[in-house]
Amino acid sequence: MQDLARRRSVSSPPDLSRFLPPPLFVLQPLLGFVVRRVAQKHPALFDRLGPHRRTRFVIDPRGLPFALLLVPDPEALEFRAVARGREPASDARIAGRFLDLLSLVDGAADGDALFFSRDLEISGDTEAVVCLRNALDDVEHSIAEDVAGLFGAPGRLALDMLRRARRDNGDRS
Amino acid sequence: MKRPELVCPAGTPASLRTAVDAGADAVYCGFQNATNARNFPGLNFTQRELSVAVEYAHNAGAKVLLAVNTFPTAGRFDLWREAIDLGAALEVDAFIVADIGVAAYAAEKWPERRLHLSVQAAASSPEAIGYYAREFGVKRVVLPRILTVPEIRALADAIPCEIETFVFGNHGLMVEGRCSLTNYATGISTNMDGVCSPAADVHYDRADDGSITTRLGTHTIDRFAAGELAGYPTICKGRYLTPARGEPYYAFEEPVSLNLAALLPDLIAVGVDAFKIEGRQRSRAYVKSVVEAFRTAIDSVLAGEPPQLADLVSLTEGQKQTEGAFKTKKWR
Repeated sequence: MQDLARRRSVSSPPDLSRFLPPPLFVLQPLLGFVVRRVAQKHPALFDRLGPHRRTRFVIDPRGLPFALLLVPDPEALEFRAVARGREPASDARIAGRFLDLLSLVDGAADGDALFFSRDLEISGDTEAVVCLRNALDDVEHSIAEDVAGLFGAPGRLALDMLRRARRDNGDRS
Repeated sequence: MKRPELVCPAGTPASLRTAVDAGADAVYCGFQNATNARNFPGLNFTQRELSVAVEYAHNAGAKVLLAVNTFPTAGRFDLWREAIDLGAALEVDAFIVADIGVAAYAAEKWPERRLHLSVQAAASSPEAIGYYAREFGVKRVVLPRILTVPEIRALADAIPCEIETFVFGNHGLMVEGRCSLTNYATGISTNMDGVCSPAADVHYDRADDGSITTRLGTHTIDRFAAGELAGYPTICKGRYLTPARGEPYYAFEEPVSLNLAALLPDLIAVGVDAFKIEGRQRSRAYVKSVVEAFRTAIDSVLAGEPPQLADLVSLTEGQKQTEGAFKTKKWR
């Protein structure tokens, strides 16, 4: 057996300061807009979620100053930023570096591999997390590109910069 | 030199298209129910999705193999019968079966459709494989991951059907189709319900020191220190404490993935007809990377060159890989 690495290599987190988001009150309508457009474009995603459409997911993008609450219910979509330390009650929690989470919705990383390397941490309702992961992975086109496209050339430029930052930080896809 | 088929996993329609585009000769997939051994939430195909997927694969010259490879219990056979009939109507190229009742039904009702014997049937002797070939017309056996290359060579000379071996992915060596560890821990059967370590029963508890404890039902499977690499939450990959040992130890298997890229020339030489990549539960990113890597490696061997080996270790369980029993019976 080739024991290639027992512990993950330690790398410095990338400098995300140049991507720092606007204040939460500015962010909320943008997030709402984004999730509604993604839902409109990929309605089949909700079929895969089945009973977990009403699950409350907290997504913790480490390196950003806030977490995200997602309730992927097509009848009552919710996607908003929540202040750290004031997270609402949730059924499942997904935590990872922002660039790794971006890779997942960009179709460029494997969730199991990120879990094996301990770069992705989940807690709460594991079935809901697995279901969300599988549903998102069945979206053929990159969701990250869809979202970037909503903001035109600046959005696409920002995604390019983030992808570059991910590669510079060691793409684990 | 015979050109082996590269058989690739498709947990979702998007993965199927990814696999086909990446060079799969065949993809294997299942319906969204207990008739296949990857009955995971959010995974698998509806009837309509499979119809579209078969057309996509066939247009690209790839085959679709439908996994109907679990074991129906009394009173539930209709579900398996429907899966076979639906698969035939949607023109899948072969059924992958394990149960003799399902094999018999498919062979009688759809004799023109190929039958492949799933690894879940755990058939590894010429006598057992010969029985399936004789009685049900099985055209290919997916071998359990317990045989060395010389043993596969001997088997190839002694059986009347094709051989498919795993070449990459999860390295689970429990006697497939007969492992009841999940059933013991959760009441849900890997073999009859199609799900090993059901996610609803998996719990991860994080301690203040950053360690993670993995539980399946009420059973603690492992505890990973902060930063320590992790594996799947299955009992067979768990690490346990016993009074006889000072340290926690892997009682059954270890978190490690199979990778036989370096053995491809030997496997082709002994007559393996198809190479299977495990991972219907994995992402499109995994499917793309692994299928492309093995497509390149197989093609380079067929061209008479050393296999071009891509580095896939970042996708392996516990970031470790092994050639397992294919290389030696003493792999642990």
